Amino acid sequence: MADVTPIKTPAEQALAAAYDGARGKLPGQGAIATLREDAFKRFDAKGLPHRRVEEWKYTDLRTLLRDALPLATPPDAEAKKTSQGSGAVFAALNPRRLVFVDGAFVPELSDLTPEKGLSVGSMADALLKGDALVAAHLGKTFESDDTALALNAAMMGDGAVIRIAAGTALTRPLQLVCFTATETSNYTRSLIVVEKGAQAQIAETHDGCAAQVNTALELVVGDDAQVDYFKIVATRGIHVGSLMMSVGRNARFDTFVLNQEVGVVRNQSFIRFEGEHSTGAVRGVNLLRGEEHVDNTLLIEHAAAHCAGREQFKAVLDGESHSVFQGKIVVKPGAQKTDSKMMTRALLLSDKAEADNKPELEIFADDVVCGHGATAGALDPTLKFYLMSRGIDEAQAEALLIQAFIGETVEEIPHEGFRDAVMVAASAWLKTREVKA
Amino acid sequence: MSLLEIKNLHVEIEDEGKKILNGLTLTIEKGQVAAIMGPNGSGKSTLAYVLAGRPGYAVTEGDILLDGESILEMEPNERAAKGVFLAFQYPVEVPGVATMTFLRTALNAQRKLRGEAEVSTPEFIKLVRDTSDKLGISQDMLRRGVNVGFSGGEKKRAEILQMAILQPRIAVLDETDSGLDIDALRIVSEGVNRLRSPERSMIVITHYQRLLNYIVPDVVHVMAKGRVVRTGGKELALELEAKGYAQYTDEAA
Repeated sequence: MADVTPIKTPAEQALAAAYDGARGKLPGQGAIATLREDAFKRFDAKGLPHRRVEEWKYTDLRTLLRDALPLATPPDAEAKKTSQGSGAVFAALNPRRLVFVDGAFVPELSDLTPEKGLSVGSMADALLKGDALVAAHLGKTFESDDTALALNAAMMGDGAVIRIAAGTALTRPLQLVCFTATETSNYTRSLIVVEKGAQAQIAETHDGCAAQVNTALELVVGDDAQVDYFKIVATRGIHVGSLMMSVGRNARFDTFVLNQEVGVVRNQSFIRFEGEHSTGAVRGVNLLRGEEHVDNTLLIEHAAAHCAGREQFKAVLDGESHSVFQGKIVVKPGAQKTDSKMMTRALLLSDKAEADNKPELEIFADDVVCGHGATAGALDPTLKFYLMSRGIDEAQAEALLIQAFIGETVEEIPHEGFRDAVMVAASAWLKTREVKA
Repeated sequence: MSLLEIKNLHVEIEDEGKKILNGLTLTIEKGQVAAIMGPNGSGKSTLAYVLAGRPGYAVTEGDILLDGESILEMEPNERAAKGVFLAFQYPVEVPGVATMTFLRTALNAQRKLRGEAEVSTPEFIKLVRDTSDKLGISQDMLRRGVNVGFSGGEKKRAEILQMAILQPRIAVLDETDSGLDIDALRIVSEGVNRLRSPERSMIVITHYQRLLNYIVPDVVHVMAKGRVVRTGGKELALELEAKGYAQYTDEAA
């Protein structure tokens, strides 16, 4: 059969029109403009990812994204004002807040007080000025032919560019506060370079109204660096987030994502161990109900020997919600003594909820320890009866068991403040849960 | 009025329709310790579960009255607040729920249902510490998840700790002696005996007379085929030990 050019959906046509209309105004000339053109061509050739694309099997973006919302315009004073309470979940940590409203960096709402070893700027500025750090890293942290990521590269408008100089230990966590004030679409790209021996805690929060967000973060973890990265998605609409990470030698990282009170979310992480003797953990929790849909997809590449990776994802599903976990561990030739383990567990609170778990291993080295596991099940009625027989009512018994279920993963978070934030968010979710008799 | 009256109780396993209790009638007086003995399959554990309100059992006839009030329609937690306590034959592990949190949540939930004030933190900690010391339960065990990693004997001691904290009016001990060695049996029995009071009744379910040397009952009931077939004093346990259960299984057949 001859090659068939797929008919473009209205959303794909709208995206093409949006790119056409914006291309002259998007920041960056020369190499950046070429990068956008190439990326758009790749997107245009394949269209929005759909269920016949293996990596997107359970999140058919072509169906889910029926209408492409108009591109966000720069936020006005009112939009900026409504962002005040955004990302408050981390307030207790007194983070350095870098605020983005509808994808645009808002310096006057951001904390730009100087700190030794830290430089912070906007991606739009960096692209316009031809920033050297951006030129060195953009699109190179983890190359991927993912089409959602290609769309991000074509349309990227703003974001954060952060450098943490060698040997610097940040005194306060950074927080990328991403707030959507309007029902529009926005494309952000951020770059964070944590240099040799530096230490950083980075939070990223997404809330606001039901927008379409396609955001990407390139995170470069240098030799001997230590990074804690914590993301919370709590927004309706459609959120596609890509994390591209390269990890140097003797480094340590911990990432965590919490998805709760969402619409459709796809978090995809592309992580490569490039230097020996590094350790990293990738964890996440989904608390879902209604028709919420969350897809956490990982690609963990061990390209260097003696590294250890831990991946653990938990999903609690009520209503007709849908949780997807896809995790692929690739051990490259020569990455001997790799120790990589992946676990995913789903707790189904309703007959209509669905959990799909797809772990994969691809191993090209012969001296490694790799494993994965996946479970899905309901609350154990025996445990529930035990708690109730001691006087605890049904709602509280279930809440205790759900808390225990996610607690196993949450307790592994090394950063105490991040850990507390997730437990506070989880209790809020449990308090508003309705127990069906 | 008797504390607990079980009247002509018929119970089936839901879905299967298998009949387990077959017209069981039993009265427990206030402050009384009653032993229930009987062969495997006579319905002893089912009786314990039905008293505590475990889902999965259908009461097709009869009633259970506590202080003259039927408890059949009550949820397990409501029964607990009324003073029903079941010490499980196989206590479950609840990973991720710390024992201290569990005990406190349970105690306060019961008090709330009874319209009583919550216990203060220092008061609660002192209560747990005093009781756990006597039962040989370490502070480390209390910090762990409920029963997680406990040996069989430790789990049984933990059940008695819960009972001591929750102060039930009618405690059902379901084969609390199973899996215990002599030393553990003594510790558990002493824990139970400390809780004997004119205000508290107990139903001690066991296969063996051995436990009744430590927890001396006021009355012994023999169960077979889902009903009480004989009632006597503590000497009845000795007779059963000597003669076995054969005569009752035959009689009831």
